[in-house]
This record gives sequence, structure tokens and C-alpha cells, in this order.
Amino acid sequence: MIMLKLFSRAAALGMLLAITIPAQADDIQDANKLFKQGLNTQAMDKVNAFLATKPKDAQARFLKGLILADQGNTAEAITVFSSLTQDYPELPEPYNNLAVLYAGQGQYEKAKEQLEMAIRTNPTYATAHENLGDIYAKMASQAYDRALQLEKSGPNSSANANTKTKLALIRELFSKNPRTGAKPAAAVVAEAAPASAPVAVSSVAVTTPVSAPVSAPAAAAPVMTPVQAKPTVTVAAVNADPSAELLSSTKEWAAAWSAKNSKKYLTFYAKDFKTPDGISRSAWEAQRKQRIAVPKSIHVEVRDAKVKVVDDKHASVSFKQTYRASHLNVISNKTLDWVKADGQWLIAEERSGK
Amino acid sequence: MPSRLLALMLISFAVPAMAGESVSREMEIGMARSLRAVGENRLDVALNEVDSLLRINPNFKLAQLVRGDLLLARSRPISNFGDAPNAPRDRIQDLREEAEARLQRVEQQQPVAVPKYLWQLSPAQRYAVVVDTGKSTLYLYENVNGEPRYVSDFYISVGKKGADKVSEGDQKTPVGVYFVNGHLTRDKLTDFYGPGAYPLSYPNEWDKREGRDGHGIWLHGTPSDTYSRPPRASNGCVVLANNDLNEIGSHLQIGITPVIIASKSDWSNEADRADRASLLKEIEQWRSDWASLNTDAYLSHYARDFSTGSVALPAFAQQKRLVNSGKTWIKVRLSNVSIFPYPSQPDLVVVNFEQDYDSNNLSNRMNKRQYWMKRDGHWQIVYEGAA
Repeated sequence: MIMLKLFSRAAALGMLLAITIPAQADDIQDANKLFKQGLNTQAMDKVNAFLATKPKDAQARFLKGLILADQGNTAEAITVFSSLTQDYPELPEPYNNLAVLYAGQGQYEKAKEQLEMAIRTNPTYATAHENLGDIYAKMASQAYDRALQLEKSGPNSSANANTKTKLALIRELFSKNPRTGAKPAAAVVAEAAPASAPVAVSSVAVTTPVSAPVSAPAAAAPVMTPVQAKPTVTVAAVNADPSAELLSSTKEWAAAWSAKNSKKYLTFYAKDFKTPDGISRSAWEAQRKQRIAVPKSIHVEVRDAKVKVVDDKHASVSFKQTYRASHLNVISNKTLDWVKADGQWLIAEERSGK
Repeated sequence: MPSRLLALMLISFAVPAMAGESVSREMEIGMARSLRAVGENRLDVALNEVDSLLRINPNFKLAQLVRGDLLLARSRPISNFGDAPNAPRDRIQDLREEAEARLQRVEQQQPVAVPKYLWQLSPAQRYAVVVDTGKSTLYLYENVNGEPRYVSDFYISVGKKGADKVSEGDQKTPVGVYFVNGHLTRDKLTDFYGPGAYPLSYPNEWDKREGRDGHGIWLHGTPSDTYSRPPRASNGCVVLANNDLNEIGSHLQIGITPVIIASKSDWSNEADRADRASLLKEIEQWRSDWASLNTDAYLSHYARDFSTGSVALPAFAQQKRLVNSGKTWIKVRLSNVSIFPYPSQPDLVVVNFEQDYDSNNLSNRMNKRQYWMKRDGHWQIVYEGAA
């Protein structure tokens, strides 16, 4: 299944922002607002007007690429993002978006190359790692179909299993909650980096089962959350031990997820839950709903859970999460940071990795 | 000096030509390298290998499967060889067997010894084919002054149920001594058979005697979208990759080239050479007994259970006595003698020759086939007929 993220927040463009004068920056913000409202024509007019005076501006060109992509003008969007990669080869985002557009055209080799470029420019770029994982999965299913001569439309086609899903385009621009540099992503990448468990086939007899590591978070895998600095630990007297309550909340959370009950699942998250990559709450919810809806079955198991109480309103639960969906098994270490609001424990942040 | 230079140039041209492996050999070695790299957990190397194989032939399904695994492993843990979602298990098993067969083929030394089943080739037989169904391998030998010399070997697929065909529809490949009977070109076939087919002489005289039946055992190619098929895939035919079929096809002589199918090929040893010498002596004795008009001695070469397929020994002997009584002289000359031990039957040997018969009232020339069997240390004819 393929759900590539079209990177649209351009956090790394911050440095370019610094050199744009405020009035012009506002123009871009306006254009972005219009784009978010779906007013593509008006947004495009604004971007074009801006580019007339500042034809090299990376942000404006980036937004133009997004608008073109949204208008279905993939060819021109590709041109815009390509020229961005030439003019600003150090920015990973244009590569990423090029990859998404190529993937949309079924050009997975090209998409892969772009994502590899994105990762080369910024090895801690989690979105690119995640997308690359999806591209590999897609290329794998193509190879399987050729290997096993599965009919494209047949019930056994692994490609067919994937055609149901679409590219998930995240339209959120210039997040209010920008990712702060490379540090948070580093933790994600630590997990995303190719691990070295043995794969496949014994050298002679091809009898050992293949068992490979997760090398990049896959499409339907639990959301990768950038690891943030821990909330400040204030040593406070804890009256009652909430461990039991937190453990049962964690179990219920896993149960709602396993039941594919996304409505209930989402009630476990605090209003100000820190979404991954700082995407909007609505975009995140939509993404979670889709990812919960797509697999035929989901089974989430919580093992070796350890509760760490920070104070009477903050605690975290770390555990080994086994995620088993129709075609996907992922075992990861997860930490849920809980916050107590109105007498109820809610998830403030979700972290994967060590 | 110039002559030395020329010699050097000739060598430099000759070496690459001699070292040049066939494309299918390269593909197989590349596949083995990839599988070994997987075993050593060098997954990038493994992926590069399969990618370059697939650039040569994208229809190499085993390479596609391994590529699928290697790509998927970058995305999520995979638990099995051929971890495609919804994959039919039997097809995965087929490809696993192909991987095993090809690895085994690559690891095995190229044969230098003389194969057991080619005792003697006739001068007319320029090439000979030996199939080892257990090793999924077809060996091609060239006839160099009557001795077989190894040329090349190829990965093959045989019957779904393996070897030793007994009956029609048992999906097995026969084991025995056969000859290429014909050549069907692409335009007479569906795409399923690839660029052509070479029907074999199954069931042969021994098969019929043993009550084995069925028909249509061919050497043939693969469909255009398939590079190779699993080791056990056909209904009894021997299937080669299309470029391999074309390569051996150029060496096959219709009605002449022997195709010996064994479930386990073997190499000639001292005992074989002694057996061959004793058989050659016995054949010569048979010829001279016949030519000397010593009918009792001549008939003593025929076994009690001898049969021509339609005529048993008593009627045969009676007929021979009758014919010989009308002769004042006979001359028998044998040429183009070929001798092939029978793979599934110890001490049974198929002998073919051109017989030049001349007598006071009749002359003829024919191709004759005899099956000789060694019993209690004595060679006897159990079948004789026109070939």
C-alpha cells in the first residue's frame, strides 16, 4: 500500500524566509491560505505575481509546485520541483515531492532515486525514509507479480491489493509547529536506518525462512513521531499511583486500534496531541482513519509495558508494540506520553524507537 | 618479431572467446551470487545482482521473486522466501526449488569425465545429449573421434511428478535411451513451446515391452513471457530456456542424435570399459556366426525371452533357419555403431548400427537396433529390429 507524504511544510526553507522581506512573506502566507481553502486559481495568481518580482524564491516556487500538483498538472509540477532541486540541491523537500509525483505516475525507479537524493541531502529526513519504504514495498509487489504471474486484476495480485490506496497528499503548508532542525528526526532515523538482521535464504539450500529487519517505516506502520525533548521533570509528590490506570488505558487504546474503531481510538488523544511532523490535527486524524481503515485486520499487542510517572498530571508508558495488519508485521518500541486533563489520561505524544 | 606479435594478438583474441560463458550460464551464476549475498546479509549486493539479471531478461521469475523480497525487506520485516502477500504457496515452492536446483548446478564442477551412458558414438552422431532429471541438467557432448567431449550444460525442467514415466498422463519424464525424432518449428506450435520442439522416440522398444505408454515427450522451449520454468513443471517434456533450446537445436540431428534421460547421471568407470569391450567382442561374434552360416551359433546369441516386439524367439529362430537354408554365402558388415547403456536397467545396452547384408540371393542395407542384456556374464540379444 502506498501513502506517500507530499512534503509541504518546507521547514528547511526557514533560512530562505529570513531573506524575504516581511511584506513578501505575507504574500506567500496569503497564497498559502488561499491554497488551503482550495482556491487554487487565486493562490496561483498570488504566487505568480510574487514570482514576477522574485523569480528565484524557493518558497514561492515550492508552493507553485504544490498548487500545480493539486490541479493535477503533474508534468508542470515536476518541472517546478525539478528546477528547485537544481537551484537548491541542498533542500530535501523538492526531491521528496518529485518522488511522490513520479510514484503517482508509477515511475517507482525515478521516485526511488529522488528519495535517495533527499536522504543524501538530509540523512535524518524521516518523511523521505518513510516514503522510500513505501516505494520499496510497491516495487516489491511489482516484482512479485512478475515472479508469480499474478493477473493484474486477479484476486491474488499483490499490486491489486495496493491499488486501493492512493497517495496521501498533505496540504498543510508552513506548519505553526515547525520541526526544529535535525534532532527530533534523528531519533526516528535511528530506527529507520537499515538494520542488519539476516535475511532470506541460507547460502546453499534456500531453506531458512527469510527474516529481514524493518529498514524504513512502512506505509501502514504506526505513525512515526519525532521524539521531542522530554517534558520538564518537576519532582512532585505523587499521591496515588496511576500506573494501573495508565496500563489499562494503554491496553484500551491498543484494543480500539485493533478493533479498527478509529472513532474510539482517536478519543485517547489529547486536544493538543503533538502530531508527527507537526501536521494539522485534522490532517493527522484523516491519515490515522485511513490507515486504520485500509488493512482488513489489525492486531496491536502491548508487551513489557513500563510506566514512568512524572507528576500527577504527566506520565509515560513505554512498551514493545507488535503491530500486525493484513500484510504487515512491525515490532517497535513505543512510548506514549500521557497527560491528565479533566480527570482523564490522554495521549499527548507518541514516540517510536529506542 | 612480427610473427611473435601476431601470435600474441591471436591469443588475446582467442582467450575471451574461450572464456565466454553463455548468457544463461551468466544468468545462473549471477542468480547464485545474489542468493549467496542474501545468505551473507549483503542485501544491496544481492539486489544489484538481480537487477542486472533482470536487465538481461526481465522474465526470469526467480530473480523477480528475490527482487521482491529484497525490496520488501527494506520496507518491512519479511518472514519467508517469497513473502509476497496472497502469493500462491505452490508457486513460491516451485521457485524455491528452482533456486535450489540452480545453486546446486553452479556449485557443481563442470564434468570432465566421460558419462556412463555414452559408450560409443557413431561417426554420424556429431553430438549427444544426456539429461539428468535429478540435477535439472541437460548435458551436451560433442563426438570427437567416437569419444564424447563435454560442450555445455543447461538448466532444464522436467515432469511435475519427476522421472520414470510409466503411463499416459502420469506427468513424469521417461528414463531411457531415446533419439530426436523430428523438429517442430515455431509456426507449427503455440507460444507455450517457445521457438521450437524436438519430439523424442518415447515410448521406445523397451518401454513398449515393459508396458509403458504415453506419447508426445519433447524437448522444447518456454513461453515468451517466461525465462525458465521450475525444476518440476512439465507434463513429462524436457523444457529449456529459449536461447538454450536454440543453442542445442543447432546441434541436434533428426533421427540420429541420442537423448539419454537418466534420473541420476554417472561417469564411466573401469568396469564400464571392460563391459564395453566384452560387448563389442560379442557383437562381432554374432556377426561372424551369422556370416559363417552357423545358424545354431548365430541363434545362441538370442535370449530365451527375445522378441522383435511382435515375434518371439521360436518363430524368429524358425524364420532364420528357413532363410539361412537358402543361402550359399552371406556377408555382413556393420558400420556406424553406437552403444548406449540403459539408465534405468542395469546390464541393458542399446546398440545401433548400419547393417550391410549381402548374400547369394539378396542384398540390403538397413539401420538396425538391438537391445543386449548381460546375464550371468554373457551378453544376449533381447530385442532386434529396424531402427
